[in-house]
Amino acid sequence: MSTESSKKSHGINMDALGREKRSNTLADETICITTDNLNLYYGEKRALHDINLAIPEKKVSAFIGPSGCGKSTLLRCFNRMNDLVDDCSIQGDVLIDGNNIYDKNVDVSELRRRVGMVFQKPNPFPKSIYENVAYGLRLQGIKSRRTIDEIVEKSLRGAALWDEVKDRLHDSALGLSGGQQQRVVIARAIAIEPEVLLLDEPASALDPISTLKIEELINDLKDRYTIVIVTHNMQQAARVSDYTAFMYMGEMIEFGDTDKIFTNPGKKQTEDYITGRYG
Amino acid sequence: MIKKWFKTGDPWIWLNAAAVSASLIIVIGLLLLIAVQGLSHFWPKAVMQAQYMQANATESKAASIRLIGEIHNDEEVSIEQLKAIGINIKTDKETVTRLLIKTGNRDVSGADFKWMLQPYLTEKNYPEDIIVLERREWGNFYGYLKTISNNGKIIASGANAWPELEKRLLRTEALYQEIRDIEKGDIGSINYKMEKLRLAKRRLELDKEDTAENLAKLTTRRKQLDKEYAVLAKNLEDLYSQFNQGSISAETMSGKVIEIPLAKIVRAYQPNALNLFEKIVLYFQKVGEFIFDDPREANTEGGIFPAIFGTVMMVLLMSVLVTPFGVIAAVYLREYAKQGAVTRIIRIAVNNLAGVPSIVYGVFGLGFFIYFLGGNIDQLFYAEALPSPTFGTPGILWSSLTLAILTVPVVIVATEEGLSRIPRAIREGSLALGATKAETLWRTVLPMATPSMMTGMILAIARAAGEVAPLMLVGVVKLAPSLPLDMNAPFFHLERKFMHLGFHIYDVGFQSPNVEAARPLVYATAFLLIGVIVLLNLSAIYIRNRLREQYRAVES
Repeated sequence: MSTESSKKSHGINMDALGREKRSNTLADETICITTDNLNLYYGEKRALHDINLAIPEKKVSAFIGPSGCGKSTLLRCFNRMNDLVDDCSIQGDVLIDGNNIYDKNVDVSELRRRVGMVFQKPNPFPKSIYENVAYGLRLQGIKSRRTIDEIVEKSLRGAALWDEVKDRLHDSALGLSGGQQQRVVIARAIAIEPEVLLLDEPASALDPISTLKIEELINDLKDRYTIVIVTHNMQQAARVSDYTAFMYMGEMIEFGDTDKIFTNPGKKQTEDYITGRYG
Repeated sequence: MIKKWFKTGDPWIWLNAAAVSASLIIVIGLLLLIAVQGLSHFWPKAVMQAQYMQANATESKAASIRLIGEIHNDEEVSIEQLKAIGINIKTDKETVTRLLIKTGNRDVSGADFKWMLQPYLTEKNYPEDIIVLERREWGNFYGYLKTISNNGKIIASGANAWPELEKRLLRTEALYQEIRDIEKGDIGSINYKMEKLRLAKRRLELDKEDTAENLAKLTTRRKQLDKEYAVLAKNLEDLYSQFNQGSISAETMSGKVIEIPLAKIVRAYQPNALNLFEKIVLYFQKVGEFIFDDPREANTEGGIFPAIFGTVMMVLLMSVLVTPFGVIAAVYLREYAKQGAVTRIIRIAVNNLAGVPSIVYGVFGLGFFIYFLGGNIDQLFYAEALPSPTFGTPGILWSSLTLAILTVPVVIVATEEGLSRIPRAIREGSLALGATKAETLWRTVLPMATPSMMTGMILAIARAAGEVAPLMLVGVVKLAPSLPLDMNAPFFHLERKFMHLGFHIYDVGFQSPNVEAARPLVYATAFLLIGVIVLLNLSAIYIRNRLREQYRAVES
């Protein structure tokens, strides 16, 4: 990145974040999720307007935008979580690895197994830490105690939690701190080896130190999973993501390289949002 | 000033506190009344002897009689009232005290209780050698022990008589237990098997399989049972001859000497000779008898064990039936049914079911369960017993089912509430891991809703245990010959009629031939019923609290 562009940086000093420099651009990436003229309605109200997006594989993509702009709604389209909302209807296609997930023949549970999700508030089940992580495995009918033990350990290590909880695996997950609970939830999600990990404001309910840990974790995980993260916190988007999408009023304003979005946005609206003029 | 005081909210706090205190006082007062009246019944009271100057209208024919008995109650009657029935009493007071005295000896005098006017009682004393006999029939005996005889020969009299009686009663009691074990246990079991054989034979006839070979098999088994029976009958005869040997003679208050067989005596004591410790021991013996024994004398004496057993078993059976039914209905209503006008109407209907008078359920149970379902079950599976019905008659199963219908709204409402309280985040978390809706329900939502289901069950138990009216139509009887659970295969006899504490209260209190004697038993039974309900509820609450701990949901 040139010094010229960092001078032009709006609001956030990208260099100060200590990010590693990358040479890749969006055009070079393999694409994992594609949306094609995606429209979503809650009853009469149109919540997403003609979203066209290509999310690259094994990278972190962040959705930013003001509250109610449709970030979370879009994210929940990728594992069909919106199906649970009664009067929600969808037009257009979402393709993951080239397959339309809104096709009639798609097995929704199988889709959700491949596309894991972590929610804003830590939502561990009222079971032990071990059982929380093993939940998805048991759903798949894995019975072997040994296999489950191994995967639980691996997932907890993957979620950077193993050292903290290895002595109390069979205690209730509800006894952990918020940050630890959120990492249990992440461990639970990666235990079933999804291809995509959707993170819906995963750190917004956590304290700064827990937030930092989650962000480090996202950094570790991005080599193995395609990660899409929704966040309110622009600093966070700038810190963790490779690509950033800015949404406003249900429309995708701009999607591109994070560095570019934060230093040299293509659209006026993006610039206004990033510099804090509205939102 | 007052306005300011109202603004602070203090008046409302006082009002609320007053309402709570009033409720507490009412509840505690009621419990105390029942406990005191019920529990004091078993305390051995002193027995008084006195002279009673029977005064007639003219007072010329005054006659003195001896009176022996326990003072049971007293009340004030006005002089006018007494005058109206022809008794003139010389006193300057407006009223005189009238005592209710339990004199017992119903076989001699025809009544257990007498009302006596206090002013006519003289020479009150408490002789130590008065005996009280609790008998298997004719109620209590009060009087003096004269002699003890065996097969007509007098073996003890005077001062020796009492120790001898105590010794002999122990032996008689042991014999009585042995006889009852044989009659109820062994012979009961043989009768049960005989009846089964008779039904088996009838079944063969109905199925046109009554070949000589099949019948011969039954006959050999029958002969075997007959043989066993003969042995027991012989044994029983010996026991009975020993049992009926002893007798005592005793003097009643009118001086008449009567003969009482030892076999008829349950317990004997000299109430005025007992010290405090002995009284306490006797008290607990009586309480124990009340809780663990069968009733005697049209339920006015003895214990109420069959009623306790029947109540508990019926309530447990009802919980087992109502919980799955209510939970499944609630899960469908809350999780699967499309929320709209129809589900709203169903909810209103369910809530209204809870307000239907319980006797209506009784009538429904009688018509649908007993006559229709039970009648058809008899036609299909118990044809050999017809025309006497097996399931087509009131019984514990039908009672439990009727009460299950009565209480199912409570379980549905409580479970629905529990399901709706489970945070959306938990369901989404499970779904996001690839669980189907059913898997999410089964693995996460339902376990988390168990405390609410238990709450529903607790409410159902509380309602069902106190319900009497419908049971009178669908299964409760005054006296059941056998418990619905015994040692004869298949152990659970769900078609049997049973006794129930609530009905027992009604029966003893209002259908009893001997109201005065039965009244304390009504209190004691009510106290026990409350105890049973509290115990059932406490155990359910204990289980619920443990579950709650386990499934403490994330605060949301």
